[in-house]
Amino acid sequence: MTGAPQDWTRAPNVNLRQVGKPLVRTDVPGKAQGRTRFAGDHVMPNMLHAKVLRAPKASARLTRLDAAKARALEGVVCVLTAADLADRRAATDIPGQTGRKRLATDQQILVRERVRYHGEPLALIAAETLALAERAADLIEYDLEPLPGVFDPVEALKPGAPIVQGTDNVVATYKVRKGDLEAGFAEAERVVENTFRTQFVEHAFLEPEVGLAWVDENEVINIRVSTQVIEHFRAIADALGVAHNQVRILGSMVGGGFGGKEDVTVEIYLALLAQATGRPVRLAYTREDSFFGHGKRHPFVITHRTGVTQDGRITAVQITMTADAGAYVFLSPYVLLYAVVAGPGPYRIDNVHIDARAVATNNMYTSAFRGFGAAQACVAHEQQMDEIAKELGLDRLELRRRNFLRTGDEIATGYAIESAVWSDDCMTKAWAALGERAPEDGPVKIGRGVATYQQSYGRITWLHDTSEAWVGVEIDATVVVRSGVTDIGAGQVSALAQIAAELLGVSLGEVTVYNSDSATTPLAGTTTATRALYMTGNAVHLAAEALRGRLIGRAAEEFGVAPSEVDLAESRAFVIDAPDKSMALKDLVGICASEGIHRSELAMFRAPFTGEIDPETGQGRVHPDYAFGAHAVEVAVDTETGEVTVLKSVGAHDVGQAINPAAVAGQIEGGAAQGQGYALSEAMIYRDGELMTPSFSEYLIPTAMDMPRVQSIILESRSGLGPFGAKGIGEPALTPVAPAIANAVADAIGRRVFELPITPERIVMALREAEPRKGPR
Amino acid sequence: MPTVSMTVNGQPAAGEVEGRTLLVEFLREHLRLTGTHVGCDTSQCGACVVHVNGKSVKSCTMLAAQADGAEVTTIEGLATNGELHPMQAAFKEHHGLQCGFCTPGMVMSAVDLLNTNANPSEREIREWLEGNICRCTGYNNIVKAIQAAAGQTGG
Repeated sequence: MTGAPQDWTRAPNVNLRQVGKPLVRTDVPGKAQGRTRFAGDHVMPNMLHAKVLRAPKASARLTRLDAAKARALEGVVCVLTAADLADRRAATDIPGQTGRKRLATDQQILVRERVRYHGEPLALIAAETLALAERAADLIEYDLEPLPGVFDPVEALKPGAPIVQGTDNVVATYKVRKGDLEAGFAEAERVVENTFRTQFVEHAFLEPEVGLAWVDENEVINIRVSTQVIEHFRAIADALGVAHNQVRILGSMVGGGFGGKEDVTVEIYLALLAQATGRPVRLAYTREDSFFGHGKRHPFVITHRTGVTQDGRITAVQITMTADAGAYVFLSPYVLLYAVVAGPGPYRIDNVHIDARAVATNNMYTSAFRGFGAAQACVAHEQQMDEIAKELGLDRLELRRRNFLRTGDEIATGYAIESAVWSDDCMTKAWAALGERAPEDGPVKIGRGVATYQQSYGRITWLHDTSEAWVGVEIDATVVVRSGVTDIGAGQVSALAQIAAELLGVSLGEVTVYNSDSATTPLAGTTTATRALYMTGNAVHLAAEALRGRLIGRAAEEFGVAPSEVDLAESRAFVIDAPDKSMALKDLVGICASEGIHRSELAMFRAPFTGEIDPETGQGRVHPDYAFGAHAVEVAVDTETGEVTVLKSVGAHDVGQAINPAAVAGQIEGGAAQGQGYALSEAMIYRDGELMTPSFSEYLIPTAMDMPRVQSIILESRSGLGPFGAKGIGEPALTPVAPAIANAVADAIGRRVFELPITPERIVMALREAEPRKGPR
Repeated sequence: MPTVSMTVNGQPAAGEVEGRTLLVEFLREHLRLTGTHVGCDTSQCGACVVHVNGKSVKSCTMLAAQADGAEVTTIEGLATNGELHPMQAAFKEHHGLQCGFCTPGMVMSAVDLLNTNANPSEREIREWLEGNICRCTGYNNIVKAIQAAAGQTGG
């Protein structure tokens, strides 16, 4: 489709009373008082405490494992090793939602013979106290025979490299063949080539993984757990060899996720121990466990070779990407695909070649992390844009403007964008908000940078994603929403309440949301992929709208007018042009109840369904839609010490429609912090696969001291596929931040550090390389 | 096992603990006051901050035995007669939280700041919070909430 750009209106599409207001989120009062129960706050009578014993080597053969002494310790109730388990494996793919043929993506539950990464679990312990479980872990004896390992994805591709997965360590490949690359380069007047590198990053949600499991009187295994995905009950049941309806996941408010609680974490260990002991079992990871216990952000090596005309039009781009998948597959193929789709950035480029590989190594496995491949792609394409601008002597913003996608243009995969593309508006506003430039002071140089992005919201369209929600109105006119959605801190639940309140004419306080229970709430899918508002928001919208229709229909009868003349607000039904004709919603609901008019609705929202992209050309639809925006920063760099201070940080994003602008601003501010850590300080360092940074002493997250006051600029094209035209902000908030900072540092010091994080050491090294060579002194 | 006794949120509290029992463990596991959180075990994150004799303390770095005889206040003890403490109200009004896991520690730390310095500058607030990590908010609204609780406008 190559339709003309649509004329997006900035006017609201409905007369909104609740949506679009910065209301206090429904979850906030409880959290401010410490009354919110997180998964680790629950206990049960007779509860056991669990511990996971992990391998201290990255590549080894387990030749002996003897738990006899641990089992003999008084108070130790159960020790499980691979020998005690049926020969089942845990799926690390997304079960039941794709028929795509993939490598064997399963992981052994406990090490049977081969250790593939540092921290791979050897044994599970359940004891009367945590101290006893810890002591038992120390009493388990084992021998690990070192095996040659491979710790770099490029090395892992070489002939003769140790094989970690499959036959050649390649766990996924994607390619794009769009247009005519040679013709594009022939048209180019300059060719710019650069390679960019990114690092392993840790989610560092403040709440470490935790859960409590018990087997109930119906032999159902119940697991109350901190997770983004309650629908892992299927994979957990498969790993245990029980029916899917024999595992129930109860979520709690999640103390941060960012993708790190998207895969299964403690659930299978808990289920096995609860099954084996017949008692409730709690497993609470320490922070160190958490550093070992879930997948990291993929390090990428990305090379861009870009053909450009002298006036700044990009005629061709050839991109290669190599991602470190670590020891197991997990979501690497999807992360790689997202990186490919976002590869060229939010630019219209007719001739595109991309070759991307995810490669297994004996490093920690890598999986979902806010930005999901698109963030790594952005680190590369936005630094490349600045390098091209420098090469051409063109303004960096102007170069972007000359190439931005517009509505109706095709992205790399040939899909034509149907929603608004407000990249230019966002970039211009973010840049302008930087205001006056700070003065330079001796060795302290000032620099500015901007980055723009193309980030999907919603899952891959061939996963055929759906989401369900139930909305009901009680006889006293209060509203109940039931939906399986998990709330990971962004206000997912509150947004659903706000949508239901809007459509049913009640205040936010009159809506109660029950969520995150695979047994009692309709399945809503995952809180991942910037999809919760889009998918479940639409499901609630559908259900509430159906209910609204019935209420308004009955009220219209009562008023003797057409339904189109009736509205709901402030817990009343009224005739729009004659507001004195009105009745309390409570009375209307009472009439409906006595007449047997259905006061609830279960709705399913379906994302666009497609087949897969063409494997040879990468052409086709991959996502429902994309979000666009920009982040701009100003930094001060001390050229003597290499220290970077972020002085100003501004995010400007078209979110379609902000359901709660305060929550949207919160996402932008949090994304600015997480992106700043990604750019400047955060790195999970593995030496020969062994983790060197297993605590917050070594792994440096931005503190209040490191952060400037972040400014959020919210644009609303109302062109998205979500409720009221919403797009999404969860991932977009982070994606452009790190490259904006990288560009600002390069602007300040006149040299680029091509590898994240941009540490003081790397800055000083880059500046030294720039100095004229001197002999030894 | 030794017995410890202290006043927690105005109520007497006692229990038998092992010598190695941390204050946070005593609060969470013995008294079931789960508003105080554990985020790191290494004294960096500050999710476990409570007040001991009116001063903010990381309760994961103090033994329960060390708090013997002390006055301890946790997030649960901050509100009076169902009325939010002004700092809690400010965090609520200014969206000073997202996932809420760091919030009890942040609030307790911030209350101590204003007890120590009633009118801190933004810089002083940020310096005070260096031992409280938040991964969700970028600290923007936390700083704003503290400024508001200090009666500062335009924060």
